[in-house]
Amino acid sequence: MTTTARKTHAIDISALSRGEKAIQDKPETCIKVEDLNLFYGSKQALHSVSMEMPRKKVTAYIGPSGCGKSTLLRCINRMNDLVDGVRIDGKILLDGDDIYDKGVNVAALRRRVGMVFQKPNPFPKTIYENVAYGLRIQGINDRHILGEIVEKSLRGAALWDEAKDRLNDNALGLSGGQQQRLVIARAIAIEPEVILLDEPASALDPISTLKIEELIDELKEKYTIVIVTHNMQQAARVSDYTAFMYMGELIEFGETSELFTNPVKKQTEDYITGRYG
Amino acid sequence: MDNSIIKQHISRQFNKEMEDIRNKVLTMGGLVEQQVDLATRAFMNYDMESAETVVRQDQLVNALEKDIDHECTEIMAKRQPAAFDLRMLIATIKIITDLERIGDEATRIAKMTMRLEGADYYQDKYYEIEHLLEMVRDMLNGALDAYARTDTEEVIAITAQDSKVDREYTAITRQLITQMMENPRNITRALDMLWAARALERIGDHSCNVCEHVVYMVKGKDVRHVSREELESAVNAVNAER
Repeated sequence: MTTTARKTHAIDISALSRGEKAIQDKPETCIKVEDLNLFYGSKQALHSVSMEMPRKKVTAYIGPSGCGKSTLLRCINRMNDLVDGVRIDGKILLDGDDIYDKGVNVAALRRRVGMVFQKPNPFPKTIYENVAYGLRIQGINDRHILGEIVEKSLRGAALWDEAKDRLNDNALGLSGGQQQRLVIARAIAIEPEVILLDEPASALDPISTLKIEELIDELKEKYTIVIVTHNMQQAARVSDYTAFMYMGELIEFGETSELFTNPVKKQTEDYITGRYG
Repeated sequence: MDNSIIKQHISRQFNKEMEDIRNKVLTMGGLVEQQVDLATRAFMNYDMESAETVVRQDQLVNALEKDIDHECTEIMAKRQPAAFDLRMLIATIKIITDLERIGDEATRIAKMTMRLEGADYYQDKYYEIEHLLEMVRDMLNGALDAYARTDTEEVIAITAQDSKVDREYTAITRQLITQMMENPRNITRALDMLWAARALERIGDHSCNVCEHVVYMVKGKDVRHVSREELESAVNAVNAER
């Protein structure tokens, strides 16, 4: 019988032996929400929300239906501007600049802050044109540049291998999970800084869901990600930071690992453990 | 935090499962407590019948350990517990390991007692360890109460008791060494006694471990291998809203 030598890996125990906890640098803030209030007509939907979302990390919003998490998410690329009767006060700073300042170009803002919705919404065009769409709008029509970016974006959205042989097929022929990844490819083609995901996996089967989650993990290398999800386990799996919202208020915001094992607030505990609120 | 916390889930089935686990742990704890008491008294009084009961009971304790482990695993797989629920399950899995070891220590004493049957070198009974038994029994009892009530109030007192147990054990050891030096014919008896005292001392340690797991369950703080001050601050920490 042959014996294989047992491999031992050197473990750096110097930090442990000094009794120090691994100290991480405080992450840099990308999006800062300051005392944000939002009203739909006379009804207040967000009550003085303040939080700082770190750069190149995944922040998840959780909470029961109607708690304001989607509303808050939509504030980050000013999607709520499109809703009648919305009034907002407070600030949202993206890299230090208030996105609600007069003179902010909303179209430019939305290029920096991409968004993906619950139901995949590809355009009724080819896969290629879907991804190239945002670039064409910016006036980029060079076939070489477009081809390069389309490939890069599809690879970035983990769809290249499945789509490379059918780039000229209609995007609506893709499965739901593929469509959702296509929409993500379309969002990253214009190289945003932030990607907002509003329940990106709730209409997908478990395997497609896992692929999206895997993708989120890869995307955070380059982008700051904010995700709204009804699925608490998903929030626990994919996010670095979690915000729990209830009735328009931010109840607790902190590192996901802490929030799911030892939350500070009783309301958070009751929600994540499925107790009567 | 009162223990009704496990009864407040929206899913009543979940409540039932968690309560079932809790009840089984307390049953197991009760059995183990009985084992410790019975085994030590059997040893002190050469009571073979009680010793046999202890050995038989150990099978029940072992079966409960496996059963509870299985149920905890199943809940984790089915319900993805979080926060208190998660900590309770993790703590429970660890607590029952300690309880099972306590059962083993008691069984060790019982088996030793059974070997004494018919031995002729015993004149005196083994009362030296009675005090040690009382101290250890209080610790185990307190640790199980803490689990039952999800309450860490008594934890400091229980862990403080462990130092007293250690001192008592050292004192007994010294006394036995003296006896052995005085007369080599005492050696066999002294060794038996030493093993019994050692088992009780270990039971005290396991009871402390149970307390530490209860602190993790209730407060979310890992207090294994920390100083007394850190333990106190964890136990006294009040969560913002609870």
